[in-house]
Amino acid sequence: MNVLVWLILLSVFLGGGALALFLWTLRSGQYDDLDGAANRILFDDSAAKRDEV
Amino acid sequence: MSATLTEAQTAQRSPPASVHCQHCGQPSGAERFCCAGCAAAFETIQGLGLGNYYRQRVLNPANRPPRPESGERWDLARYIDTDADGVNTLILAVEGLTCGACVWLIESVLAREPDLLAGRVNMTTRRLRLAWKGDTARAYRLAAQVEGLGYRLVPFDQSCLRAAEDQTGRALIRALAVAGFSAANVMFLSLGTWVGLTQNMGPATRDLMHWVSALIALPCICYASLPFIRSALAALSRGRTNMDVPISVGVTLVSVMSLIETMRGGLHTYFDSASTLLFFLLIGRVLDHRARGKARETAQELLMLRAGDVSVLQADGSTRRCRQEAVAPGDLVLTGMGERIGVDGTVARGETSLDASLVTGESLPQPAAPGTLVFAGTLNLGDAITVRATATGNTTLLAECVRLIEAAEAARGRFVVLADRVARAYTPAVHVAALATFLAWYLALGRPAMDSLITAAAVLIVTCPCALALAVPTVQVVVTSRLFRQGILLKSGTALERLANATTVVFDKTGTLTEPVLLADSSDAQALAIAAGLAANSRHPLCRALLAGSGAAPQLPGVIEHPGLGLSLLRDGGEIRLGSRRFCGLTGSAAAGPELWLVRPGAAPLCFAFQERLRPDAAATVRAVRAIGIDVLIASGDAAPAVQQAAESLGIAVWHAQQTPASKVALIESLRAQGKRVFMVGDGLNDGPCLAAADVSASPSTAADISQTVADVVFQGASLRPVLTVLRAARRARAAMRQNIGLSIGYNLLVVPLAVAGYVTPWIAAIAMSSSSLLVLGNAFRAQGKLRS
Repeated sequence: MNVLVWLILLSVFLGGGALALFLWTLRSGQYDDLDGAANRILFDDSAAKRDEV
Repeated sequence: MSATLTEAQTAQRSPPASVHCQHCGQPSGAERFCCAGCAAAFETIQGLGLGNYYRQRVLNPANRPPRPESGERWDLARYIDTDADGVNTLILAVEGLTCGACVWLIESVLAREPDLLAGRVNMTTRRLRLAWKGDTARAYRLAAQVEGLGYRLVPFDQSCLRAAEDQTGRALIRALAVAGFSAANVMFLSLGTWVGLTQNMGPATRDLMHWVSALIALPCICYASLPFIRSALAALSRGRTNMDVPISVGVTLVSVMSLIETMRGGLHTYFDSASTLLFFLLIGRVLDHRARGKARETAQELLMLRAGDVSVLQADGSTRRCRQEAVAPGDLVLTGMGERIGVDGTVARGETSLDASLVTGESLPQPAAPGTLVFAGTLNLGDAITVRATATGNTTLLAECVRLIEAAEAARGRFVVLADRVARAYTPAVHVAALATFLAWYLALGRPAMDSLITAAAVLIVTCPCALALAVPTVQVVVTSRLFRQGILLKSGTALERLANATTVVFDKTGTLTEPVLLADSSDAQALAIAAGLAANSRHPLCRALLAGSGAAPQLPGVIEHPGLGLSLLRDGGEIRLGSRRFCGLTGSAAAGPELWLVRPGAAPLCFAFQERLRPDAAATVRAVRAIGIDVLIASGDAAPAVQQAAESLGIAVWHAQQTPASKVALIESLRAQGKRVFMVGDGLNDGPCLAAADVSASPSTAADISQTVADVVFQGASLRPVLTVLRAARRARAAMRQNIGLSIGYNLLVVPLAVAGYVTPWIAAIAMSSSSLLVLGNAFRAQGKLRS
């Protein structure tokens, strides 16, 4: 019975974590430029790298 | 991507002495660059060590890139947004962004700027976001750097931008994520409970499972069902019903019932059903929203072009920057090189050439001199001019067109889509069935109220239309993306259904059914060879027609193109010119049809006349369209004999000549009054109103920007075949949508008796719901396979 409580808590925690992560990616605009993301992978030098605000 | 060439391919095909500008790829005569701006941009890019750009980029020969300009044309400081931390943000629209390499180039240049917080290009929306701390005047330097690379920047009003952001789409995806989380977790718990039912799970454990499910599911359901409940309430308050009404009632009832069952320690709860249901329904909603997204973006871009600043010339000779709306008719507006004219008016001073493609669809630069009428949205390619304003702000032709588009969108919003028509009949039927079940169990069979209510709720769950919600949007998305890959852009989500219902196609003639062709007997062979040699350097439609009419002629090197005027070549004997009557120094009134003149030293001026000829595949397309049972007619602004000739050679019985934009609209209205569904295909600015008035419309991608914005379908290439392709695809799509709706209703007919009899437990509901949704998805992809064949 005890193990059940732990497992349920663990699974809800993991699922909730994934949900929070997804909502964060959505909010930080990672789905706003899907065309750009597809092309960026082909840039082969790091000149354009920068910490985004 | 057949229309595009990589730089490497272009280099292979060009002779060593390149006749294409090394920066923009346009014909440049014998020079390396077509203009000083391109030379400067090339130098800048090479000087920064970013020459890789030229190897990586993909040029589209059909698009004329903007010519590099310089100078402070915008009052950028007004568009800067400064937050509490002193971070300045500026958002600029980038014109001339063609591929990933452009993104790389701009970002690489900006990356060299010290302590710039953000310099990132969004390729989807073509916007550049800049963020930095401190001096706002730095905006001008940053913008000048990007403009130095050959791009044109237009600042965005950020309050305007925020209003236009796609809030609904984001809210739907958030709701989808929450519903998915709830569905997955509650289903895990439910699986345990279902197995437990056969394995002697103790009541205490089962109750624990139910309570945990309730704790996860209830908040999630509350959040994820909001889009449906809002829409249902909106419909009910207008005295109507839609698909969201049974969804909202069903989900609410099921959640409340399950909570009561949990508290009573009952055997079955339906939290998993409610969560999964919302998850599937939201997938349908997100797809639906995406299918409708394109039209919104196009109108937004037009509005953006309208929102610029203009320079007004004061009485004392100084200039003042102000908003377009603030300009009064009669004011003198100064428009520099590379600037869009902000007002309608007449040229007061200066001579230049203008790019009016946004307004008239004419892709070639037009000469302008004092007295010429100009329209807002026209781009000044040459010297600065002064324009006396006649209409400003909301009274310009451009604003008129935007209003026209909005009116057309609103009118189309009234089109009742297939899914909504089904919903109107479906909603009452479902609720009556559930109510009848409750009454039968409670009154006729004398069962306890709780049991009767649970059975009625089960009826609502299994009939909840998740397959129905997926039926139409899945087909729309699948068919739209398939057509997109064939160069046909569907801009409206409901265009497919309206196309499938079309009974009559109305073609515009000039530019749609026809193309210019050289009159065969117009010249002697030697002069023709010289003219064709010159023409081979240009992409002007008449030059292409001349080249095609001459057979194969070798390209002459050293030719200079004078945009909007013609071509010239310096030879030993003097200058050879090919171009308009005025360019060749000739006088006299213009001929009826299009013409090109050739003047050579020591020879009489020679005229090449062109006539409109039917596109090669026009007859075949018209025949095929009639073969699928659709009437074809022509409405043209041309004189009767020309239209009659075209109609007869295409076998079209009904044609209308000498049509004005207003009479074309009247024609379409009268056809619609006869109960016909009109599909209009046209390209010119004068077709704009009738494209909007028709039930559904298409434009070639060479059409005026305004026509393209109004049209539901935009197709690429010189062929008319896409008209047929899109009609066929629409009919197949309609068939697939009907099959999907049939499948989902058939499934309901199958399980409703089980639910009424009280045999539907949560796990049967879950299996039935998922399998019907998968069936519908599978059928949509089958439609895609058919389109390919």
